[in-house]
Amino acid sequence: MGLFDRHAGLLEAYRDVRTTGADPFQIRMERVLSPTEAIINGRKTLLVGTNNYFGLTFDPSCMEAAIEAIRAEGTGTTGSRIANGSYSEHVLLEEEIAAFYGMKHCMVFTTGYQANLGIISTLVGQGDHLLIDADSHASIYDACKMTQAEVVRFKHNDPSSLESRLRRLGDKPGNRLVVLEGIYSMLGDSAPLREFVDVCKKYGAYVLVDEAHSLGALGETGRGLCESAGVLDDCHFIVGTFSKTLGAIGGYCVSNDPDFDILRVTVRSYMFTASLPPSIVASVRQALRVVKARPELRKQLWDNVATLYDGLAAQGFKLGPEHGPVVGVHLPDRMLAIGFWRAMLDAGIYVNVAVPPATPNGVSLLRCSVCAAHTPEQLQHMIEIMTGIGRQLGVISATPKLRVVAGNR
Amino acid sequence: MSDLGTGEPLLRTAQLIVENDDVANTLELPRLTSRVDVIREICRHLAPYQAGERPIVGETIIAKDLTIDSLAIMDMVMELEDSFDVSIPMNVVAEIHTVDQLADTILDLRAKR
Repeated sequence: MGLFDRHAGLLEAYRDVRTTGADPFQIRMERVLSPTEAIINGRKTLLVGTNNYFGLTFDPSCMEAAIEAIRAEGTGTTGSRIANGSYSEHVLLEEEIAAFYGMKHCMVFTTGYQANLGIISTLVGQGDHLLIDADSHASIYDACKMTQAEVVRFKHNDPSSLESRLRRLGDKPGNRLVVLEGIYSMLGDSAPLREFVDVCKKYGAYVLVDEAHSLGALGETGRGLCESAGVLDDCHFIVGTFSKTLGAIGGYCVSNDPDFDILRVTVRSYMFTASLPPSIVASVRQALRVVKARPELRKQLWDNVATLYDGLAAQGFKLGPEHGPVVGVHLPDRMLAIGFWRAMLDAGIYVNVAVPPATPNGVSLLRCSVCAAHTPEQLQHMIEIMTGIGRQLGVISATPKLRVVAGNR
Repeated sequence: MSDLGTGEPLLRTAQLIVENDDVANTLELPRLTSRVDVIREICRHLAPYQAGERPIVGETIIAKDLTIDSLAIMDMVMELEDSFDVSIPMNVVAEIHTVDQLADTILDLRAKR
């Protein structure tokens, strides 16, 4: 058996994707013009699939902070914080994130993926129990492969499914850690966090919430679902990323646990990889200031979510269950999803296509992510284009029924 | 489990397994859940993934002989966990290959409750 034979099934599926003439997983952005536009295939393309929720990638103050940091401290750290030491900026960033959450401790990682991978796989070990939502991100699943703890999945966003699994553990020894996400990345739905937290309290389980897609978007001050659900004090660990709302790259974990810092010498994805370069740390620190200083960006984001979600729903598209910065559009099958995606790109609109096995329940989706910097005109244009393609492909009816759409938020 | 045996192929599969089943073992099982019940429930979940006319039997290798993908297997396990009130850790699922092994795992876990 050849090394690549085990990927035969995937290769076949990938071939299906590529024969449409464009490879959705190897798109080249010839030039990125702004948070909402890039040149792709030689034409100006509207970006509605880049998780750039606040549009801060081109924020002048963040860009200037990064440029200044490069001039002052160079391009990179050339090693891990264990080996090469921390720059003052790393420590300041950690203090600022901890203060943002009102928590005692913060650890910064080089990517959000590494934050989940390292923290989750290290918090629980042999004899412990890790309980994860069935629709968890790949970084959480990969952490499961690295831990010696027993891992059990519960049904997506279903506190009673979690409860039956915690109940079955009975008086078995070992810690229980429950991992949840603020907003799920494929369909944009939020966890019923308060209900989950109640179940966790009842069974003495620790709670870790990944706010990757909800940082900035949810909560009165943008701290995420933990804040909007009013359970910040009941969440033992909050993980997040700098690569979405904050417009750069990196991850973090905050906690009040007095022994938290021991993770700095136990979490391998922290210890054995190079730390964030000064420019990234500087732009993230500035982006966090912008998030705090400009709550109107959150309002703009949700206004745009309402425009896109309600506009598509009114045309008869089947969408994720609630308003969210991610709007998932259900399509009947993989080939249709890929064809639809390709037609969108040809029409100058970039979204993500998500097909099995990367999606929950084998669904095929066009995954759109909304930006505070999208203009109403851009989003109306997108709805118009999607409606046209949807009718051509028979995904929605050519004569839409008029119906009142009420947003969930 | 009220909608058991709704499809004809299912019924056939279940009958086939009953014939091959180890009766002595079945009699020893606690709490009124027989091996037949467990296998029938597994087959009910697997029926949509049957490849051609080949029946689903105890020796069927779930990931290889059927058209089910790894995610759907994990989702099926989650349903079975609730039907039989047991939890099967993911590392245990990874070691399960056949319908028989899955049934035995469920029965073992039930016995240990």
